[in-house]
Amino acid sequence: MSILIDEKSRVLVQGFTGDKGTFHSKEMIAFGTNVVGGVTPGKGGTTHLGLPVFNTVKEAVRATGATHSIAFVAPAFCADAIMEAADAGIQLVCSITDGIPAQDMMRVKRYLLRYSKEHRTLMVGPNCAGIISPGKAMLGIMPGHIYMRGTVGIVSRSGTLGYEAAQQMMDLGIGVSTSVGIGGDPINGSSFLDHLVLFEQDPETVAVMMIGEIGGPQEAEASAWIKENMTKPVVGYVAGLTAPKGRRMGHAGAIISATGDSAAEKSEIMKSYGLTVAPSPSELGATMAKVLSDRGLRGTN
Amino acid sequence: MANFGVTIAKGAVAYSPDQAVYCATELGGWHWAVKAQIHSGGRGKAGGVKLCKTYNEVRAAATEMLGKTLVTNQTGPEGKIVQRVYIEVAEPFEREIYLGFVLDRKVERVRVIASKFGGMEIEEIAKDHPEEILQIVVEPAVGLQAFQARELAFGLGLNLKQVSRAVQCILGCYRAFRDLDATMVEINPLVVTKDDRVIALDAKMSFDDNALFRRANVSDMRDHSQEDPREVQAAEHNLNYVGLDGNIGCIVNGAGLAMATMDMIKYAGGNPANFLDVGGGASPERVAAAFRLVLSDKNVKAILVNVFAGINRCDWVAEGVVQACKQMTVDVPLVVRLAGTNVEAGREIITKSGLPIISANSLADAAKAAVAAVPAA
Repeated sequence: MSILIDEKSRVLVQGFTGDKGTFHSKEMIAFGTNVVGGVTPGKGGTTHLGLPVFNTVKEAVRATGATHSIAFVAPAFCADAIMEAADAGIQLVCSITDGIPAQDMMRVKRYLLRYSKEHRTLMVGPNCAGIISPGKAMLGIMPGHIYMRGTVGIVSRSGTLGYEAAQQMMDLGIGVSTSVGIGGDPINGSSFLDHLVLFEQDPETVAVMMIGEIGGPQEAEASAWIKENMTKPVVGYVAGLTAPKGRRMGHAGAIISATGDSAAEKSEIMKSYGLTVAPSPSELGATMAKVLSDRGLRGTN
Repeated sequence: MANFGVTIAKGAVAYSPDQAVYCATELGGWHWAVKAQIHSGGRGKAGGVKLCKTYNEVRAAATEMLGKTLVTNQTGPEGKIVQRVYIEVAEPFEREIYLGFVLDRKVERVRVIASKFGGMEIEEIAKDHPEEILQIVVEPAVGLQAFQARELAFGLGLNLKQVSRAVQCILGCYRAFRDLDATMVEINPLVVTKDDRVIALDAKMSFDDNALFRRANVSDMRDHSQEDPREVQAAEHNLNYVGLDGNIGCIVNGAGLAMATMDMIKYAGGNPANFLDVGGGASPERVAAAFRLVLSDKNVKAILVNVFAGINRCDWVAEGVVQACKQMTVDVPLVVRLAGTNVEAGREIITKSGLPIISANSLADAAKAAVAAVPAA
């Protein structure tokens, strides 16, 4: 098992025929992802990369039975694309796009709530590297070769820091069940907590690595939940120790604007809820290795 | 704000002392406030706001402020130069109210905050009078409703005449927040005059950078002279740069990894000179621009390049680094750490270049090497 995606997920690419859509579709297909087609308004009826192109997501879902979608759509139009996917009944939509206005995301989240819980689309991102279940499928832009199949779930705000964690773990013989990027924006489709709930339920995952950064309340909220509900060990890290207050560090959401936003405060919160905090970003893998061996858990299945 | 139906004090912008006096005569009234226009708060305490009773006082205040560097608790130690002043008619008022709008990340909606303790910072009010803070969360599908604004206005203890004017002001501020893609609007103070008018005396707004593409009027208001010139230069190359006060220049791909690299430098006993995210596709041009930017900081005594190639390839990044070193004089030690796609080819290019580049394999080694490379002061 894994969470969110596997080899059976039927994937649609929104913004299929654009440069980014084309490049990453090829990568995803090469990785083994079951890409069933794409959507580019105005290019319906044509073929791209040997797959059918549709004008609307509804048509694409009807014709291909797609369950998942990934949106390579420019910031100004991305909120629209996500809502279109939700309305067409897509189960999971992932957005890589960096630069979606925060108020657009606020409306997207409200829109997703239109649907009853069992028909509600789960959104991952935006401004993230996507999702990968090693050996099964990839819905994103990550370098597939640094991920080894295994038992540790990764949930990270940052894409590159997620890569760093996967590589450090692979060097120590620890593999990944699924890695999810939740993205660096102030309002995101799903939070650390949403994915921790899934990892807790996933029989293949034995431990979770949670990599946060400065800004926002999601790390604290997730840590409180872990303390009360999670049976699997969680290793945490919060990037941005040297970030000054009030300055945006690259990601739109990485800004210290309130109490509890700084890396030091969040690390303390994590520790107080029983998480094992990696002492530095170069010890993500080593910390996980120690946690696994202390509990007699295996990093591969 | 006036365009959104919010009543503001009459005022005008002046760039010289003569212009300031002219503004005061044109505006009329008995007293005027001269306010330094800088992109920062806390200016009242720093001498950036002066109440004047005569034209001569207006002239004196404007003369003193214009061209002066104002250091407030929010500008940082280097302060900001005052390029323009705002001349405002000062009216006698009875009450000061705090009114704020913020994009709240916890509820992922707009939160409206009001308090009868205007004129104070919201942090102080929250500390001293937490029970006197009124809050309302806006449903994004329908926007702020009149009843919600009324609840706030009555909660502030206003009389009927004042309530209807306050409601107009609150709704207007919300429309401004929504239509200008703000992330924060703060009216502090919102004053109630003796004749029951409700006037926004001071407004501070922050805007969503991600939405500037559709808010030309907001982009036009931007005064680049108030920003770090290196950050303006970085923005022109689509690089994310934040200047800091350490001496190890950082060039990294990805915001999270950039922050983690700075963390590692700190753990290794050094101090980063900057945050710099070159983005996913680190082309040779962008790498060269990043080098130019980092080298323009005279405090930089060593440079650390850390790239984890996902979408891009280490060999391309290595080519970019070598090209940059040949194009310009890199007169400080350079540490390069590459990982990810085509890492072997990338390292080989660095080694074969014959340049005095220190190569590191792990994040920890790279940070240690960079800290060790800084010449002792």
